[in-house]
Amino acid sequence: MFESLAEKLDGAFRKLRRKGVLSEADVREAVREVRLALLEADVNYKVVKDFLTRVETRAVGQEILSSLTPDQEVVRVVRDELATLMGGQPARISMASNPPTVIYLVGLQGAGKTTTAAKLALMLKRQGRQPLLVAADIYRPAAVQQLSTLGAQIDVPVHYLQGQSPVALAESGMLRSRQLARDVVIIDTAGRLHVDETLMAELEAMEKQVPGHETLLAVDAMTGQDAVRVTESFAARLPLTGVILTKIDGDARGGAALSIRAVTGLAIKLVTTGEKLDAIEAFQPDRTAQRILGMGDVMSLIEKAEATLDRDATENLAKRMEKGDFSLEEFRSMLQQVKRLGPLSKVMEMIPGMGGLGKLKNQVDDKSLVRVEAILSSMTAAERRRPQILDGSRRLRIARGSGTSVREVNRLLKQFQEMQKMMRQMKGMRKGRKGMPKLPFPPMPEG
Amino acid sequence: MPGLWERLRTGLTKTRQGLGDKILSAFSGRQWDDDLWESLEEILYEADLGVSTVEYLLSQARVMVRQRRPKAADEVVSMLHLIMVEALASSSPDPSQLGELERPVVWMLVGVNGTGKTTTVGKLAAMMQRRGHQVILGAADTFRAAATEQLLVWSDRAHVPVISQAIGADSAAVAFDTVTAAVARRADLAIIDTAGRLHNKVQLMQELAKIYRVMGKAHSGAPHEVWLVLDATTGQNGLAQAASFMEAVPVSGIILTKLDGTAKGGVALAIARSLNVPIRYVGVGEALDDLMPFDPESYVSAILGENRTPF
Ligand SMILES: Nc1nc2c(ncn2[C@@H]2O[C@H](COP(=O)(O)OP(=O)(O)OP(=O)(O)O)[C@@H](O)[C@H]2O)c(=O)[nH]1
Ligand SMILES: [Mg+2]
Repeated sequence: MFESLAEKLDGAFRKLRRKGVLSEADVREAVREVRLALLEADVNYKVVKDFLTRVETRAVGQEILSSLTPDQEVVRVVRDELATLMGGQPARISMASNPPTVIYLVGLQGAGKTTTAAKLALMLKRQGRQPLLVAADIYRPAAVQQLSTLGAQIDVPVHYLQGQSPVALAESGMLRSRQLARDVVIIDTAGRLHVDETLMAELEAMEKQVPGHETLLAVDAMTGQDAVRVTESFAARLPLTGVILTKIDGDARGGAALSIRAVTGLAIKLVTTGEKLDAIEAFQPDRTAQRILGMGDVMSLIEKAEATLDRDATENLAKRMEKGDFSLEEFRSMLQQVKRLGPLSKVMEMIPGMGGLGKLKNQVDDKSLVRVEAILSSMTAAERRRPQILDGSRRLRIARGSGTSVREVNRLLKQFQEMQKMMRQMKGMRKGRKGMPKLPFPPMPEG
Repeated sequence: MPGLWERLRTGLTKTRQGLGDKILSAFSGRQWDDDLWESLEEILYEADLGVSTVEYLLSQARVMVRQRRPKAADEVVSMLHLIMVEALASSSPDPSQLGELERPVVWMLVGVNGTGKTTTVGKLAAMMQRRGHQVILGAADTFRAAATEQLLVWSDRAHVPVISQAIGADSAAVAFDTVTAAVARRADLAIIDTAGRLHNKVQLMQELAKIYRVMGKAHSGAPHEVWLVLDATTGQNGLAQAASFMEAVPVSGIILTKLDGTAKGGVALAIARSLNVPIRYVGVGEALDDLMPFDPESYVSAILGENRTPF
């Protein structure tokens, strides 16, 4: 029941693919399935309605039905429409020409504003800015303390004065930023209901005294149909400039993201992807549409790989793979490289075709990776190079040393053998083709 | 507590104006007409009930409409109301009546980040303390910055003690200590706050299972209740949340928070129906007494925007 949106859409498209020639009825049936997938993904009811009308008009059009690959054309139409919904080009956080840049974080209770404020500060700091955090959530117990703790962790000053109202804090925060020569002021505000008249008026007053260059609405990625209405209400009172979608490391299908942009026109600028303070990223609408459609986020993966992997080490690995000279020793360094890309589940999401493999994801979690590493580290270098010398007593020693069991050691060795076999086959296939993949991942689709 | 439901109703009418008006104009005083199915579907989807529950409810309603051939549109809404309330029926006894249970009784609150666990611990503590029970709290969220400080504020408000350790401490150890302290002090009830965690993080869910297990070692049978705290604005992901938490720990009921901001919370009905867990309490604000027992009638009326007063 809880398959991802990608999987659902994929199911709808696979049926199309089997057909070859498409009738109008085929397309309509696929569209119906897409509808249910979108609703199940929390896409706003009205957005789904409009979306399907557009897709249907385009997809039932003559040129698609008569094209050579109608199934792919339909997928393309859905993807285009999804990307348009999400806003095509990525939108950036804009900086004031005359510093300090003032950034407000606003939103419902529990959306993740305080943590996001600290993440944003760290991100800007790494880009060479000098942020100041202002703790203007004076209502939630210990919210100020939470921000102070986070500020200390990332070495960014946090402004707060006991007894001041949020409006006064925004003003005194500006003064403080000048004293401390800070060029960005990030104001964390209290969570509030969009229907809370008093608190919404308070935000308006803050914006009036200290206008924000960016007023970002934090929206929980798990939000349902209300996402649109909440965003509309905030936008009606405040000069919102964008949205930050939080907690996208959950398994919500992101329908809220699709709907917000479609209804309010507000761009999603950032997403937060974990509890660590560096878990914040720019939002890539087009790539997200691709990921939803299960095409994998190859671009993100490549960029990430380039930024984090040790080039020499991977080249070296690739060469050895090419030569078939691939022992447990190389396997171990490969694992270490993969680990640097981030949590395995996240890496897998970016690989084409892997998005839908929810079950597999649970099997190869980072914990099992840790165990595999422990087993490998408990072997001697000689054993890693020539696993065939691993007899029963050596295996027992390794199991003890790594806190695992002989069964796990055996399983790893068996899997490794299979992997070697696969590599030898690949080597045969690749003969005569220039270049090898630099990463131990399935080859990427063309174009 | 009619006053509170009244307040909820006002809150709801505030938020759901668009929706409520539409229902009234679409159904009130009108003849039933098959075209109205789509409006009903829209209402249900917009309340976050989700595909399978919407399809289930509407198919039940269709059967009823075929049998009874109603004339007025209002009657169909009432039928749907009945079907929805039925889907929420729970026969298990009210767990807040500690009754003959061996003391201390232990409750544990779990849920994804930011749903309102800590706030709800404070509210539950106040409620039980007012009934004359001796309550003790456990600050087992040792992960989030200032989580313990936040619970300390609530314990002050509710006038109950807290067992805590430094940030980064082992959360299972705090839970164990709290239960041990509750036994030693002959407390009636220990309530354990846990760190918010996304349900798809395997390690964190294992940690939760460990916190659960450890308490049973301090006092057999503990914890007696595990509440899943669910944000009423949550969409279909709520189902995945409930299923995963139930896999890790035996969730015995749902507390639906932030119902003061939305007319929805429909996913709670979907969860109750498909996973067979009762909804027990609803949170309707940020103050100490903004918690009330769940009432299926009012909840369903609120979703359907029915213009009737159940009290
Ligand atoms: N309007 C409203 N706000 C609520 C309700 N319950 C909790 N909140 C607010 O929601 C926010 C999050 O509440 P917390 O109690 O900190 O949530 P939590 O689940 O403990 O959060 P973490 O421990 O960080 O996962 C706070 O701003 C609370 O005041 C409710 O019923 N209504
Ligand atoms: Mg908490």
